[in-house]
Amino acid sequence: MTAPLLSLTGLTKAYPGVVANDDVSFDIRPGEVHALLGENGAGKSTLVKMIYGLVKPDSGQMLLNGVAFAPTEPRAARADGIAMVFQHFSLFDALNVAENIALGMEMPPPMRDLARQIRSVSETYGLPLDPYRTVGDLSAGERQRVEIIRCLLQDPKLLIMDEPTSVLTPQEVQILFETLRKLKSEGTSILYISHKLEEIRALCDQATILRLGKNVGACVPSETSARDMAEMMVGTSLQTPERSGRAFGEPAIELSGLSAASPSEFGTALKNIHLSVRKGEVMGIGGVAGNGQDELLAVLSGEIPEPSDAIKLMGQPIGRLGPNQRRALGLLAAPEERLGHAAAPDMSLTENALLTGAVREGLTSGGFLRWSAARGFAENIIQAFDVRTPGPDNAARALSGGNLQKFVIGREVLQRPEVLVVNQPTWGVDAAAAAAIRQALLDLAAKGAAIIVISQDLDELMEIADSFAALNEGRLSAPRPTAELSIDEIGLMMGGAHGMEVAHV
Amino acid sequence: MIVLEKRPQPSKLWAYGTPVLAVLLTMIFGGLLFAALGKNPVDAIRTIFFDPVFGEFAFYYRPQLLVKGAPLVLIAIGLSLGFRAGIWNIGAEGQYIIGALCGAGVALAVYPLEAFWLFPLMIMAGALGGWAWAMIPAFLKVRFGTNEILVSLMLVYVAEQLLASMALGLLRNPDGFGFPGSRNLQQYPSAHNAELIAGTGMHLGVVFALIAVIFAYVLLSRHMLGFQIKLTGAAPRAAKFAGVNPARLILVCLGTSGALAGMAGLFEVAGPAGQVSIDFNVGYGFTAIIVAFLGRLNPIGILLAGGLMALTYIGGEIAQGQLGLPAAAIDLFQGMLLFFLLALDVLTNYRIRLRKGEAA
Repeated sequence: MTAPLLSLTGLTKAYPGVVANDDVSFDIRPGEVHALLGENGAGKSTLVKMIYGLVKPDSGQMLLNGVAFAPTEPRAARADGIAMVFQHFSLFDALNVAENIALGMEMPPPMRDLARQIRSVSETYGLPLDPYRTVGDLSAGERQRVEIIRCLLQDPKLLIMDEPTSVLTPQEVQILFETLRKLKSEGTSILYISHKLEEIRALCDQATILRLGKNVGACVPSETSARDMAEMMVGTSLQTPERSGRAFGEPAIELSGLSAASPSEFGTALKNIHLSVRKGEVMGIGGVAGNGQDELLAVLSGEIPEPSDAIKLMGQPIGRLGPNQRRALGLLAAPEERLGHAAAPDMSLTENALLTGAVREGLTSGGFLRWSAARGFAENIIQAFDVRTPGPDNAARALSGGNLQKFVIGREVLQRPEVLVVNQPTWGVDAAAAAAIRQALLDLAAKGAAIIVISQDLDELMEIADSFAALNEGRLSAPRPTAELSIDEIGLMMGGAHGMEVAHV
Repeated sequence: MIVLEKRPQPSKLWAYGTPVLAVLLTMIFGGLLFAALGKNPVDAIRTIFFDPVFGEFAFYYRPQLLVKGAPLVLIAIGLSLGFRAGIWNIGAEGQYIIGALCGAGVALAVYPLEAFWLFPLMIMAGALGGWAWAMIPAFLKVRFGTNEILVSLMLVYVAEQLLASMALGLLRNPDGFGFPGSRNLQQYPSAHNAELIAGTGMHLGVVFALIAVIFAYVLLSRHMLGFQIKLTGAAPRAAKFAGVNPARLILVCLGTSGALAGMAGLFEVAGPAGQVSIDFNVGYGFTAIIVAFLGRLNPIGILLAGGLMALTYIGGEIAQGQLGLPAAAIDLFQGMLLFFLLALDVLTNYRIRLRKGEAA
């Protein structure tokens, strides 16, 4: 048994009102891929921020190669050979790859030398990337490669990766894993944060599981089932959503040749989309983020007006109708961004219930608000969807992500929609809440509603969708029944591995 | 080290507490300022805040409070609707001038006709004038996406030029021996915005200001439009998702604030001011912006803030007269009030914590 590279003992960090990490200890050995598993809010991010010098622990100590290690800032951590790839990239769209990498360096070499280094690292580790391409033109997977190469240029001993695969297609995940395995074979340790259990089983040698800030166990992922790991994460046994046999009815919503420009400069225009969803059907729409998901939701919700007759609800063209007129007809939506789009952060839950519920729940009369009815509706949502909050007078921003998501989904589900469109319904939501949300969507479909689930979580789509289509650069593939699809086929529908052509140049 | 920490929810206590604290801090630092100028700070503060209401000559100053406060409140109420929705009408002063010109214009056009309908017609003309002037930035914003702050502000200067031209030309008193300025509406009974009860300062503009407060209160707390205004200000994307039509909201908010500013101008020109003169406007349209924020964009708050602002104006004048304080010191004093209010605003959403000196 080799001596650990990094040894954590009794790390504790408390924030006002919450203990993010409580006496966490574990070791990472050289050349080990170590998984850090846990639900949202389990304290994974706080822990790695302490290792990377962004947060100072309240107590406990870290040993790096047997020497006490207490980085005061990321620069100190980097100097000691620790590198981190964040979930959210910090890249400038207008600059090229080499310029972006130079910006993060203390003493950047001349641009030509840097480009040569980038090329050599990218070839060694199988990460195809042209140093002179503008970052704005890169796919999410390619941007991640920029971040990884930026780290590898420092020749790190420990590479921390925070949810690296959430933006990748299955093929891109395979490329990433090859890179990580190569790094591992060279003796680099990797701390891999994820909640995707199958990936961890395929890649990692060791796993540490956090729950509510505490280390609740360790396991060897390849010898543990995904279900067992999930139950360790959640602390209770998990319920798999039930999909009862459903008969599909008439088409509820039809898109025929829908095209729409994006309102945002960096958005993706929708191009010639054809889709038909029947009553009782759950249509899953997959794809890597930024391929037109937000625009598709906005066109369906009525936020982007669509003057042609390309959208029909129960046979009636609705493209010219605004959001509230569509709600009156039974087409409801729940956008991805909870704070600021689906809900107003500083407003109370009662006001947020009013936000979309005014029309269908009769919360106004003659233009005047019926506050008691709105409050009642908010209380209904809170109760029916087990939203943890002191009451409907609390501001939306005071709720945790998962609780607010339950509120947002519940608000639409309780309005008995004919058609419900949701974007990323369980993003950033803990496993138990995610299961509850998925079950609610399936129950709604069982009652005859047509449901469009836009999601980047393929496991989620495989679990609840009857049919699957993929968005790729604003185009939608032809839908296929999920039961017949393999993960590889889905990956190809999503556009395969972005940027692979660079490898052949 | 002092650390600002975001509160999970805005603090109700501080939302009401900051204006009070801001007034207290203004008194303290204003007192220091006056002391530095060689005046007794306690005397100065008492003269500004106490004398206009309870002093020896309060019988004269109290009506003045209403006369000064009413236009401020009327304009600020209109502005607050837009400000709540993130629509920034900075040009109330211009709408005030145009409202006064239109309203007075109606009266001067029919002079010396006496009729009961004349004054109501003038009010409507005043509101319409202010509304139309505010529609210019509103239309340009909706149609071409121009910035309403710049357009409305620049239109103030256009309105001022128009006022000068009117006072010297079209509306000049034909019997005025060539002096600039229109006929005095105080001497034209049908057009005079007289005091409703003599000696109280209570003219129709005061009544309209109170009605506007009640109207805005009901609108914001009970009506869908008020909810949409608040939602647009709090989360514009969520407002769009909720079905709010942003263009319509811009037209409604700018239109309402313009109409109310125009009415305020009419009440002023037909009452306390009496005539259209080159410099008849005294900056109510700009001060109302301060009043709107001092009142936390809340109708009741604006009512109180309008009163407070009128108090510092009148108290300031008394202090200038009796204690010989320079006018600039009074301006500074009023500026302090806004400064402290905005600075303390941070406490509503953040709390201050003291930490030992280490990086967070």
